[in-house]
Parts: sequence; structure tokens; C-alpha cells
Amino acid sequence: MLAVEVNHIFKSYAEKTAVDDLSFSVAQGEIFGLIGPNGAGKTTTIRMMLDIIKPDSGEVTILGKKLDEATKNSLGYLPEERGLYKKLRVMESIVYLASLKGMNPRTAAEKAGPLLAQMDMLSSQRKKIEELSKGMGQIIQFIVTIIHDPQLIILDEPFSGLDPVNTELIKKMLVDLRNQGKAIILSMHQMNQVEELSDRILMVNKGKAVLYGDLAEIKTKYRSNAVLLDFEGELGEVPGVAEKREHKGYVELVLDDKTTPNQLLERLVSRSIVINRFEIATPPLNEIFLKVVGDEHE
Amino acid sequence: MNKTLLIFNHEFRTTLRRTAFIIMTFIVPLIALLGIGAYHVISGAVKPSEEITGIGYVDNLGGFDQYTSQGNIRLVPFNSSDEASKGLVTKDIKGYFVISPDYLNTGLINFYTLEKQLVPPPATLSAIKDFLSSNLLAGKVPQPTIDLVKAPLNLISIRVTETGAVSPEQGGYGNLLVPGIFSLLLVLSIMFSSSYLIQGMGDEKENRLIEVLLSSVSVRQLLIGKVLGLGAAGLVQVVVWVISTPFLLGLASSSIGGFLKTLVVPPSFYILCVVYFILGYLLFAMISTAIGAISPSAREGQQLATIFTLPSVAPLWFSSAIMLFPNSPVWVVLTIFPITAPVTLMMRLGSTDVAAWQIGLSILVLLLSIAGGLLLTARIVRTYLLMYGKRPGLGEIIRNLRNG
Repeated sequence: MLAVEVNHIFKSYAEKTAVDDLSFSVAQGEIFGLIGPNGAGKTTTIRMMLDIIKPDSGEVTILGKKLDEATKNSLGYLPEERGLYKKLRVMESIVYLASLKGMNPRTAAEKAGPLLAQMDMLSSQRKKIEELSKGMGQIIQFIVTIIHDPQLIILDEPFSGLDPVNTELIKKMLVDLRNQGKAIILSMHQMNQVEELSDRILMVNKGKAVLYGDLAEIKTKYRSNAVLLDFEGELGEVPGVAEKREHKGYVELVLDDKTTPNQLLERLVSRSIVINRFEIATPPLNEIFLKVVGDEHE
Repeated sequence: MNKTLLIFNHEFRTTLRRTAFIIMTFIVPLIALLGIGAYHVISGAVKPSEEITGIGYVDNLGGFDQYTSQGNIRLVPFNSSDEASKGLVTKDIKGYFVISPDYLNTGLINFYTLEKQLVPPPATLSAIKDFLSSNLLAGKVPQPTIDLVKAPLNLISIRVTETGAVSPEQGGYGNLLVPGIFSLLLVLSIMFSSSYLIQGMGDEKENRLIEVLLSSVSVRQLLIGKVLGLGAAGLVQVVVWVISTPFLLGLASSSIGGFLKTLVVPPSFYILCVVYFILGYLLFAMISTAIGAISPSAREGQQLATIFTLPSVAPLWFSSAIMLFPNSPVWVVLTIFPITAPVTLMMRLGSTDVAAWQIGLSILVLLLSIAGGLLLTARIVRTYLLMYGKRPGLGEIIRNLRNG
């Protein structure tokens, strides 16, 4: 059963089309990157998935059916801009919001303890939300998102405002959750962060899908015939290299159409150069995005 | 637990813990208490004086020598103004008056006192009047006639039915007082609850918590839980006020307390008051929630809410007109119009028999408005809670509701 299935959804406000015929699916046990620049329609798409707003047309199924109270209990959502009841204490907030997901308050309190400890926030459990820093508030909201063991987790810009330590901690938790079979949707505009976590992606621009599929396949498809090389010694002229771009600590060799990376490696080895790094260059997602959007404009 | 019940529980408990709510709950009885205290201080009735006060008089006409004891006031005769002045300076008397020789023609009396006052206190004035009229009539008419002249009217108004029999329901101040109290409580409750609802919606909208809530519950569950939770808290507030009323009235004065004890108000009257209180509250809760949803900030929401709270309170401003002409077509229309219905009907109930069809129609219109309000508010919340920034215009709201 698919965690999410979105079929041809449209949504427009006044004169602006926010989402324009979007279709995609998310399987269980995968991290799915929903990426695109600010204002691309990511958040509107998520809100339609969660039935917070209705699409003008099209269909959304969550965990095999239309969203109802039971399925709402099986999903966790971290919205882009975070907020909790300022006057409520940390533990009260977690327990109340978990109980709205059908969780027994006592179970929620028991489960919140270890999660707070894992995030090094156990000592703050009696603090009021307004006493926490922005980052700490975000961690509480992340706990609220996952505490009820949801099958589908939707995170809108989950790392914004988090320090590197907590970012890494949450990334690790997300990978663990994926390995437990949960479906995770990461909506982000910073594409490089999605690259390291996502199995598949949907890239949107101006409400439309511009790229959709397996991340590795997409990167292979948009791969330029280039190699990143860190070496010691004199490189000189190498046959098959059309262009040489110097970077700090390495050089990027763009190959001509007739040369493969394997052939280049053989040639380099034969020259007795000490090779520290030899990597087939794959373009970062934002470069792919710029290329795709640029192509569309042409 | 049912999610509506969870939201109800949360809203009820957090509202009860709000500092503003606690202050409001206790400040109303406290203000009443201060008012009573101030009244007592002003009227000099903090401790009803049992002391005999002496008021002197100089009788230049002659014949004013009886009835010198008038309640707590003793009339003390002086031979001349000089002697009376001495008595005033030595504080033997509080004041004195002079009956001039031509008093019978002019009725003129000069009153002398050390106090700065426009007229003597009511008790002194009444004692002087009774002393003068009693002496004028003494020996000319029998004593009962003198007593009647002093208090010629003891009016008891009795209402009869169309058959001429004495009606079981008698009008009176009591019937005005109970609806008056209920309409005031309704107005206060509407204003406080409306401000909490707008504040709550505004906060949830501002910190985007609404999105997390709506990913867990439906808009309808959220609305019903919120409105009833805050309504229950509002009811607690009203109960505190109602419970404190007899205590406050007891303090106010024994005469008012006694008067209230004699009130006979039919149970149907209370039932109608409670029904209108609940219906009125629900209607305004729906309106406030919708306003909270479309307003970019709580402050702007409060301003917008005034458009609805003012008309609801307006019948109170015309209370005397409602009491005098309770069946005027204007009040009939306002009884049926849902926003003004609760207060207008409560006020009219005290002064007249409101026709059953008017009550029935008014309740029906209120119920329909609440049901329609719930559906409409759910749509407004769904459409506007997630729109941040500028408040939409009326035309835009109508257009979006039609499309949405």
C-alpha cells in the first residue's frame, strides 16, 4: 500500500495558480524529497494532502484511503513555521497534541520522557514554551510530530533554525524511522540537504512538477561527463579532456564525447600520478533545477 | 477520548487558568462591592444612625408646639433666632428654621445650618414637613386624616385577566430586575468570551499551531470544542457572579434584600432567560470565531467584533423605551433579528407578555442562525485561517465562500 497517492491536483487563489496538475506517490519505507524554490507550491500541496485545504480538483489518498480521523492519527506533520501554546508547559504541550492524535495521555507522557532525553531536553519538561529558545521549541515540535508513531511523517523545512548538532540528530532519527518502514516527506527549498537523505524526489516550480523519480537516476540522467580529481604531481595535457576547471583542492575534468571515466583513469594511472580522489561528477540538485527550469524557459 | 471533548477540555482548563479570566471573574463582584460601599458612604448609611438629632425652630407665628418628635428627629423650640444660633454653634442642634408670621400666606421657611448644602438631608426635610402639616391640621381634623395627609397614597397595582379575575402573574419591578440582570450578564459574557475566542484564534493563527491542530482534527471538531469549552468557562464566570449576587444584595441593604425576597417570578421566565442566554452566547461565539479567522491580528479582530457586539447591547440603551412601549413594532422586529434578539426579548419579558409566536419565531431564527453560523464559520476558518497578512474585504469573503 502506498503511503501517499496524489492524482492531478489543482489549486488556485484569485489570479494565481498555486498547484498545477501535480501527481506523485510516496511508498512506505522511503524518504521522499519535495523540493522547489520558495513559493513553488510545496506547502499548498502538503496542506491539500492533509485536508487542511481542499484542492480545486484532483484526488489525494493517504495510506490507501481518503483522509479521515483514523488516518489523521497515522500521520505526523511539522509545519514550516513552528508554534506551540506559549503558556503551556513542555510536557503538557506534548501530551495534549499527542492525545489529539488518539494517543493515551499517560502513554504519551511515558514516551515523551525518553524522546526528551534523547534530545537532551529532559530538564526542560516543566518549562513553559515561551521560556524556550526557538531551536528548543522546534525540537519539541519535532517530538510532537513523531511521538504517536505515525506511518507517514511530513516535515516542512525541518532543519531551518536548528544548530548543526540537532540537525544531525534529527537526520539520524529520520533515517532510523525510514528503516522502520515509515514514509517520510521532506519539503525543503535547500536542495543540497534533501540530496543526502532522499530516496526519491519531486521537484516543483511554479506549481508544476519539473522532475520526479529516483534521486540516483535523476542525477545520472543529468550527469555531465566530468570527473573530480585530487592528485599529486604534474597533470599536463591529457587526451580526451575537453576542459579543465580548477577548484580549491581538486580539479574538474570535463571529458569529450568519445572518452569514458574508465579510459581517463587508465590514462592517468599510466602516467604514474598519485591519485588521492577520483570521483565521477554528479551535478548538485540545485544545478539540475537551474538547468531544468532554464530549459523550460527556452 | 472524543477529540471534540479533548479540545473542549483543553480550552476550558486553559481559560480557567488565564490571569485575565480570573481577574474578570472576581472583578465584577468586587466592583459591585465597591459600588455598594461607595453608595453607603455617599448616602451616609454605612451605619444607620439610631441617634436622636435635634433640629431647632423659632415659632414667630404661634401654634406650632405639638408633634415635636418625628422619628429620630426631635424638634426643639427656641424663643428667638439668637438663642437658636447659640444652640447651633454649641452643636446642641444640627440646624434650625424660622416660621415667619406671614407663613400661612407665603409658606416661606428659612433654614439655618453650619453645613454647606443645597437642601437639608431628606430625613430632616421630611421631619420638618410632617411637623408643619401635623401642627397646621391639629384640632381641625381627626388624627387618621392627619396621617393620611402625610402619606396619601399606598398604591397596589393588580393585574387582571380578560375575564376580570386576578392574574396569577403580577408585573412589577421584580419582573424588570431579573431580565435586566440576565441581559447584563449576557452582554458581559458575550464581550469577554468573544475577546477570548478572537484572542485564541488569533494566537493559533499567528503561531501556525492551527495547521498542526487541523492535521489532527476536523475544522468542525475544532470549532465546537473551542466554542463549548470557552462557553463552559464563561458559564463558570456567570455562576460565580450569580452566586455572589444574593450576598452582594444582602450587603447592599436590608430593604433591597427584603424586596427581592418578595419577588414572585414564574419558572417559565427563568427558563426563557436561560434559553436566550445560551442561544445568544452560541451565536456570538460563532461570529467571534469567524472574525478571529479572518483577522490578521487579535487587536484588529476585537475592533471588528464591535460591529456585532454593539447592536447586541443596543437594546439596553433603549431600556426605558422598551419598558414603556414593549409591544412597539420596532422591538418586535429586534426580538426576531438574531443579533438583537436575546437582550431585546429579555427586556420585553419584564414589561409585557410577549406573544408566543414572536418567541417561537425568534428562537427558530436564532437556532437557524447558529446552525448556519457553524457551517459558514467552518468554511471561513478553512479558507482564511491559513491566509496570513491583510484582512480580506467583504466582497472577497463572499466570493471565496461561494467558490470554496
